[in-house]
Order: sequence, then C-alpha cells, then structure tokens
Amino acid sequence: MTGVRVAGTGLTPFGNAPERTSRDLFAEASSAAFADSGVPREDVEAVFYGNFMGELAEHQGHQGPLMAEAAGVRAPATRYESACASSGMAVRDAVMRVRNGEHDVVLVGGAERMTNLGTAGATEALAIAADELWEVRAGMTFPGAYALMAKAYFDEFGGGREDLAHVAVKNHENALPNEKAQYQKSIEVAEVLDAPTVSSPLSLYDACPLSDGASALVLTSEAYAEEHDIDAPVAITGTGQGGDRMALHDREFLARSPAAREAGEEAYADAGIGAGDVDVAEVHDCFTIAEVLALEALDLEPVGEGITAARDGRTTADGDTPINLSGGLKAKGHPVGATGASQIAEVSKLLAGTHPNSEPVADATTGVAHNAGGTVASATVHVLEVAE
Amino acid sequence: MSDESARDAGFDDWLDAAETGDAYYLECPAGHTSLPPRRLCPTCGAAALDERPLPETGEIETFTVTHVPTPAFEDDAPYATAIADFGPIRVTGQVVDLDPDAVDTGLPVELDVTSSETTGERVLGFKTV
Ligand SMILES: [Zn+2]
Repeated sequence: MTGVRVAGTGLTPFGNAPERTSRDLFAEASSAAFADSGVPREDVEAVFYGNFMGELAEHQGHQGPLMAEAAGVRAPATRYESACASSGMAVRDAVMRVRNGEHDVVLVGGAERMTNLGTAGATEALAIAADELWEVRAGMTFPGAYALMAKAYFDEFGGGREDLAHVAVKNHENALPNEKAQYQKSIEVAEVLDAPTVSSPLSLYDACPLSDGASALVLTSEAYAEEHDIDAPVAITGTGQGGDRMALHDREFLARSPAAREAGEEAYADAGIGAGDVDVAEVHDCFTIAEVLALEALDLEPVGEGITAARDGRTTADGDTPINLSGGLKAKGHPVGATGASQIAEVSKLLAGTHPNSEPVADATTGVAHNAGGTVASATVHVLEVAE
Repeated sequence: MSDESARDAGFDDWLDAAETGDAYYLECPAGHTSLPPRRLCPTCGAAALDERPLPETGEIETFTVTHVPTPAFEDDAPYATAIADFGPIRVTGQVVDLDPDAVDTGLPVELDVTSSETTGERVLGFKTV
C-alpha cells in the first residue's frame, strides 16, 4: 500500500454567484489546484467529482465526463452523490484507488450551484437528502431535521441556544482572514439569538448559508511526488466511512451521530492515531448543533459535553483543538457537493503552514476532516498528517 | 413532493390504513420493527415481515416549529413537526390540532392523516389525545 499526498488544492470563492454554472466553478477550482500542485493535467488518470443537486439546480445529470472536460482533463470520470458528503465520498474512493496502486495521479473535488434556486427552491432541493415518503411529506425540512436533533440534545444533555450561538460566533471569527469565505464578518451572540427563527430552536444564524462554489484537489502517490519532485508535505493517512438508517426517527439516538463515529473510528485506526492526537479539525457544521454532534462522534469531546466546547474556548483558535479554522460551513459557506474536498484543502493548508489561520496551529502535525450527508445517514472522516 | 398521480405503493396503502384507524408496523421474526414499503427487514434482511397493529397512542419525543418551509408547505408555515414514539416504532408527523407554541415533548398523540393547506396532498399528522 502506497501513501497518498495532497499535491495541490484549489477553491473558488464560496458565496452568491447564481449565474455561474457548476462547470465554470469546477474549471476555476481545478485550474487553481493544478497550478498549486505543479502536476501536469495529462498525468491525471481518473477524476472523482462530488455533486448533490445538479439535476435540480441545472437540469444536469451525467456530470463526471462534463467536469473532466471542464477541467481540461482526458481521463475517466465519475460523479459521487451522497448529499452533503458527496465530495468526502469522492476523496475516499480516490484515496483508496491511489493506495492500491491503481492510479498515481487523480483529480478530486466537487461543485454545487444553489443560489439560482432561491431560498424556497434550495430548501426544497436540500430536503431530498431526507426520506421523501416519511420525512419530507410530513413537512420536515433540512434545517427542521437538525432542529429536531438540537431539541433532543438539549432535552437529553442540557445546553441551549446561547451555547450554540458561540459556535456560530467562533466560526465567523475564524473566517475573517479567509478570502474565499462567504462571510468575512464578526457576529455577536445576541445577533444569533435575535435572528429570525428558521426552525425552532435554530435561527438563521445557526444555519450555514446557501452557497455556490467548487473545490479541487490533486492527489498523487508518494512515489509519484518523490519521483517528480512535487512539493506535497501533507499526506492523507486515514480514511473512514459510516452509515445509518435514512430517517431520523429510525435511529437509536436522536442526538448522536453513529455514522460519524463509525467513520472516525475507521479513519483513526487506518492512520494509527487516536482522538488525542488530533491537533486541528474541519467538521461539518451545516448547523451549529451539527458541530457539537461531530465533536462528540469524533471523540474530540465526551458525549453530552460538546455543547460547551465553543463557549468555553476549547475549540476556538486559541483553544486546545481549534475547530473549523476556515470558518466552517457556517461562515465559509456550504456549496454542498464541494464541501468535503474543500475541508481536505483547508486541513492540508493548515498543516502545511500556508493557510491564513495556520499560526494558531503552527506545531500541528495531525488534522481531521469530517463530512456528513443529510442528518448523517452517511459520513466520511479523513486523517491528514505532515509527512516531511 | 411529487405532482404525479401515481400512488406510492406501500406508503399510500399505509396512509389509507391510518385513515381508518388500522395503522400498522412491520416486524421480522427476530423482532426488528420498521415501516413500509419494505420487502426485507432493514436490520437483518429477513423476508418474513408481519404487519402488526400500531399502538394507538404515541408520545412526542422531539419537535420543531418550522418557519421556512419547502414550497409544498408554503401556506402551512409556521407548523410543528414532531417525532413521536409509538413503542415499536417512531414516526415523523405534523402536529395539527395545537398552536405550534403549545407543542411539547411528552405530549400523548395519535395519528391523524390530514392534508397540506398548500397542495392538498395527504400529510401524516398527529393530534393530541
Ligand atoms: Zn430483522
């Protein structure tokens, strides 16, 4: 089994760009990744592309070959769909393919065009990640599903809206130096609490925005990086995937994410690390409560205690384990299909010392990226480590 | 949301049954429970699934009041969506006979198939007992 290196990363700005096609977004992100990597396009042997709602947003299926073409790459291409975990899944398959020696160079990433649908249209599109018959037809929305989990969490473990507000405040603070972030602005706890309710107990500021954007990674085998003198100081050393029942009401626990736990345990074991070794992480905070559930599933916080992590400063930039130094989905933005690969890009730069927020984690050697689909019926976790 | 006229076999049959007070759940020989449409137990894969009567009363375990709905519920918002525990299974439904602000965990509810104010489509609901 060969090691896998992150040779290059590329992101578009995340934000409001309703007129931009996803093929244009991915072309920009992949061009940036190639430029960053120094790897020639013609060396790419396969393309792994994540996208969730292209059929609804752009009336476009069969996106694998379309995106290879957009990236200027002549190689077999596959589109991955696993709701918000789409490009996490793409990364996972790409990593396994490089590891087993099938490919030396792959292009991985994802894109999503969302804002052209408007709020109502995007709310409808996001809802297809839930069980259409048993959840959506009863009126459950995507924010509504996380609201059901937040309420269940408060009832089981305590905590409340103010604790969650600190997660939003932290992630907005982290996004300030991130030029690709959708929101580069500080917010106050009171603003989160006073914002209009989307689905109680969650307000508009507990939710990530609707975003357009793309992400791309050039991954290579360790041997290829050495042979071609590619500067790729960060390796993907662990990969894991978990699954759960589709509908929230069919899960054993309403306020936990066993799929993320399963993915985390597999990824940690794969990398030969424990939760205590994690220096920094990007976790899937589509809603503030999601960050709390992720921290607990990844054993970065004990079950029932993640709710206080941001408020008490354990996960802020100056805390023990800074979480979502990019700004997270909350402030960086969440172009659904692009998110998983973008998290790998952020962690890789944080560890390489090339991220605008690298300073608080200057000695970090181990990072984690956690990507979740829907209400975490699917999840991927990746471990990244400084290799040289 | 589907604007097609075709029924969803299994699911619409279940709503029909719920409308006449005959809601059921499925149970495999190992005692795993689930909701239709199913050919196989989602837990163990068993094909022998028996229909058993759903207990009449459930209890609200968690809920949310949704203010930003999908277009299919535009005229219904704000509305309360709850997960109610009926014992062998839980179900997600809309609490239809209470002001959303009066909904709370622990409230006993029974099934009530209603319709969306927006589309007229059937909606699985709960009414308080
Ligand atoms: Zn069974």
